[in-house]
Amino acid sequence: MTIDYKGPVEYSIELAIEKICELLKAGYFISKRSVALLLLQEDEEIKEMVRKSEGEAINKIEEVVKEAKSHFANPITYELALERQNEVKLVIEKVVKIKKEAIGASERLSQLTMNPITGIPILLFVLYWGLYKFVGQFGAGTVVNFLEGILFEKYLNPFFIKIVTHIIPWRILQELFVGEYGVITLGIRYAVALILPIVTFFFIVFSIIEDTGYLPRLAMLIDRIFKKIGLSGRAVIPMVLGFGCATMATMVTRTLPTKRERIIATMLLSLAVPCSAQMGVILALLGGNPKAMLIWAGIVGLIFLFVGYLTSKILPGERPSFYMEVPPLRMPSVSNVITKTFARVKWYFIEILPLFLLASIFIWLGMLLHIFDFIVGLLKKPVELIGLPPEASTAFLFGFFRRDYGAAGLYDLNKQGLLNGTQLVVSCVALTLFLPCIAQFLMNIKERGWKTGLGISTFILFFSFGVAYIVNFILTKLGVIL
Amino acid sequence: MMLTDREEEILEALWGEIVEKKNHTCDISVLKDDEAIKKLADLDYVDVKNNQVKLTNKGREKAKNCVRRHRLAERLFVDVLDIKKRLVHEASCKFEHLLHKGLDENVCILLGHPKTCPHGRPIPEGDCCKDAKRIPKKLIMLLSELEVDKKATISHLETQDQVMLQKIIAIGALPNTGIKLIQKFPSYVFQIGKSQFAIDKELASCIYVRVI
Repeated sequence: MTIDYKGPVEYSIELAIEKICELLKAGYFISKRSVALLLLQEDEEIKEMVRKSEGEAINKIEEVVKEAKSHFANPITYELALERQNEVKLVIEKVVKIKKEAIGASERLSQLTMNPITGIPILLFVLYWGLYKFVGQFGAGTVVNFLEGILFEKYLNPFFIKIVTHIIPWRILQELFVGEYGVITLGIRYAVALILPIVTFFFIVFSIIEDTGYLPRLAMLIDRIFKKIGLSGRAVIPMVLGFGCATMATMVTRTLPTKRERIIATMLLSLAVPCSAQMGVILALLGGNPKAMLIWAGIVGLIFLFVGYLTSKILPGERPSFYMEVPPLRMPSVSNVITKTFARVKWYFIEILPLFLLASIFIWLGMLLHIFDFIVGLLKKPVELIGLPPEASTAFLFGFFRRDYGAAGLYDLNKQGLLNGTQLVVSCVALTLFLPCIAQFLMNIKERGWKTGLGISTFILFFSFGVAYIVNFILTKLGVIL
Repeated sequence: MMLTDREEEILEALWGEIVEKKNHTCDISVLKDDEAIKKLADLDYVDVKNNQVKLTNKGREKAKNCVRRHRLAERLFVDVLDIKKRLVHEASCKFEHLLHKGLDENVCILLGHPKTCPHGRPIPEGDCCKDAKRIPKKLIMLLSELEVDKKATISHLETQDQVMLQKIIAIGALPNTGIKLIQKFPSYVFQIGKSQFAIDKELASCIYVRVI
């Protein structure tokens, strides 16, 4: 359908379109009329394209656009939108009848989720039951205990150890597969028994929340706070996803409209958003100690806002603006949730399992060549500075290969009774903030480029230890017993 | 029934003589047997006895509205359109007849409920002035100033920023579209047609609405 664009009597948009069409000589994948309309709306991409294919003629075209603009008080984009809207209205009036509907229960619930007074309690409710109870306690607790403690440690590990030691006579190669950091005993065990259930439970919750249409409501609730850290409410989607897998979330930052927002989001995801695997272990570590958990959450939350605020002050660029459609609330459909969860878990597993195996091999090699002993030795001093036992440096090193390896390493330390309350908080803070896992490190570089990716990582390395040092100092000085 | 321009002017003159100068009646011997007077009498706007004319209650109301329209028109010409004072009366005489119910209120609101005409004579109060005394109200306001749950139509958009404009256009928030504000804090949420949208303060302050 073609709309006949009008405008002032003495000058119509049609006239400008005609003039531009005459000047366009090359062939385009869309009609000349469409190209002309886009040029009038000052579409930069199309202008570049036309500049390439028309050469000098672009100057004449720009003249026409300038002339056309001088006839309108408003931008031409606006004038065109108005005329199109009129045309649409004419069509709609003829063919559409709108029935009046009473405000239903879903609309009322929708308003409750958007009103901060009721919306924030609803959000906390969702977080408590969805993340803490379902993902944290059930997924990372009950299910992991069963898979890891019973399935792997009682049946699978002894079984594989038996087979491998039977087939491979060399001790060194045995270590590769079934040693303390072996591909099977550590790599596959962590991936299948620890990460898989936690991530699956997280994605189930995320898919349900996504399917109800709750996320845009969360975005509008949080927009004002996110503006302070240089982001818009839209960033809530990668951020929430970051609680599942920060690597995946970093990839999703592509949906943010400006480069500035993407850098800030990447930074915060790397620094202060713990992924579900890490979260699972941290919840397990601090679960029995609500005071320690509160301090940890408070510090990480503060760092999130503080670093976001600073980054937004330092980085140049326009302030983000926020607009989003708020779809009606719907009952989540079981098949949607299953399909989405399955697709995400599959993606995650295909991406992650090789990294786990690779990390196991690296650790094996590092152990074999004593490189790790050397790095662990280097890390001992800073680890002691933040008040942790030297054994914790191993957890920090492995933390780089997988953030959750690190957290799980702490878990082992705690099981041996090597950490007190303060040390638990300090180490959880340090590990949460510490360098992202190798997968996220690679993703940062892939998405943001070498300079920014490395810059973010270097900053985090020093910053996380800095914060941990201060936290330890304050907690010890105040004599807080946790 | 519509009155002619002349009949309206007679009512205005009577308002001046009877209501404003507080005379009981008005002598109309000059206009004896005039068609217009007869029609006003037929419509029960005036009582005529022995060349003395009185306004009925119905006529008073009608006359008040005519005077109000005339003087509002004068204000409009002087304050907004900047017409020279001596031309004002003549232009207003023609224009007032166009200001029928509803339109005079819009002009009155637009001008901020003026109390007197440029010649200093009082402008009779309309319903809108009485409302305005209770709640100050503007006809056109920013979306952010609109009350929650009140219906309005978008009057215009005000931004020269292409990016912001495109966002607003993408939402479909275009002039003459009905809009209902659902909430203001922490973000602006409104309904257009069957869809709801959330936008921030910056975008909301590009959208001007007219209250229905």
